[in-house]
Amino acid sequence: MDEKLKNVVLEHSDDIVKMWLEEIDTHKKNDYTSTISEEMFESTNREFVNVIFSSIEKKGLSSDLDDFSERLINLGWPLSYLTDGMQVFRRVVTGYILQQSEKIDSDYFSKVLREVDDWVDPIINRLVNEYSGSWEHIVSLQRVALQELSAPLIPVMENITIMPLIGTIDTERAKQIMENLLDGVIKHNAEVVLIDITGVPVVDTMVAHHIIQAAEAVRLIGSRCILVGIRPEIAQTIVNLGIDLGKFPTKSSLRKGFQTALELTNRRIEETQNNDKDIERLIDSLDRE
Amino acid sequence: MDFQSCVNIKKEWDIVGARQLGRDIARKIGFGTVDQARIATAISELARNIYLYAGTGKVCFEALEDMNQKGIRILAIDSGPGIKELSQVMEDGFSTSGGLGAGLPGVKRLMDDFDITSEEGKGTEITVIKWLR
Repeated sequence: MDEKLKNVVLEHSDDIVKMWLEEIDTHKKNDYTSTISEEMFESTNREFVNVIFSSIEKKGLSSDLDDFSERLINLGWPLSYLTDGMQVFRRVVTGYILQQSEKIDSDYFSKVLREVDDWVDPIINRLVNEYSGSWEHIVSLQRVALQELSAPLIPVMENITIMPLIGTIDTERAKQIMENLLDGVIKHNAEVVLIDITGVPVVDTMVAHHIIQAAEAVRLIGSRCILVGIRPEIAQTIVNLGIDLGKFPTKSSLRKGFQTALELTNRRIEETQNNDKDIERLIDSLDRE
Repeated sequence: MDFQSCVNIKKEWDIVGARQLGRDIARKIGFGTVDQARIATAISELARNIYLYAGTGKVCFEALEDMNQKGIRILAIDSGPGIKELSQVMEDGFSTSGGLGAGLPGVKRLMDDFDITSEEGKGTEITVIKWLR
């Protein structure tokens, strides 16, 4: 019985493929394929239906299916193309088989349905798994990449280190900021650490709390912390919230913070250009004499 | 009350989602950058309270417009444990979680209207409004 149904389908594969292609074509009009060329779409359809038939024929999932789905994932085809395709296939095959049969009772009908499901479902499952697996892989890679970016520490010069923060700070990241800050202060032997929050969109009580804690921890290991990059609107919200940042110095920009840091480490910026001019003036005045 | 859009708060990152949506709505209404920052911060506090104390809940936004003024109304609603002493949580420096304790009184100062109802064991509902000046 099972073999009979399968043979019916395989013998008439040409008809089924034709019906399937027609139906898929109507799907195409209303969605995802606007960016995909006509020939590409057609050749992919043919390949898709061949893959389906070969896996029905072999009574199992072939490596063709894996290759096919992998290629579509790489090309960025939507998953809905594949699931739609399989659903259409289910409909077409069921309809075709019932058309070919002489007597149809409910028993036969449910048998056909179950048989077709047995062909179609494993393929859908495999395709969906492949897709979600590749997404999960990408997400996990990006999470790692984001983590690497989340709390960078730059030793700009002896005794001065900068931590530029960009983007939202959540609890996980706050923890990393604290750890990297303290590790970095010890490792680079920093006297002054600048925390730059220019790129932090919102400073609420939680973010402020974490920054205060980090600054306090830096103080405990004998260094000083300057909070820089406080934008005017952030300053206003901090005041409104009633957060006390009086325990450590704050500056509006990294530049000003850096100057303060230099002062704290008994250094200053000297412009060499002006010195040259002074010397020139000196030589000029000497010449005149 | 008919709210245009809501964000469910389940994960910590939903706080960011709520904040961004609220900021977008505020910008569309015509708030300046300072008020946008105030509104975003207030949303952040309310959403974080939901995440920390109730676990799940939602934050809803509504653009207000009557004859002479425009504004934004934000509703934060949860069915968490509720707040025992309302007067206590509105004091600066009171916190049960080791935070700064500036959240709710801070939100009140950031916004124009502030309304809180809470029942122990039933949940908390906070409505705040910021008017466009």
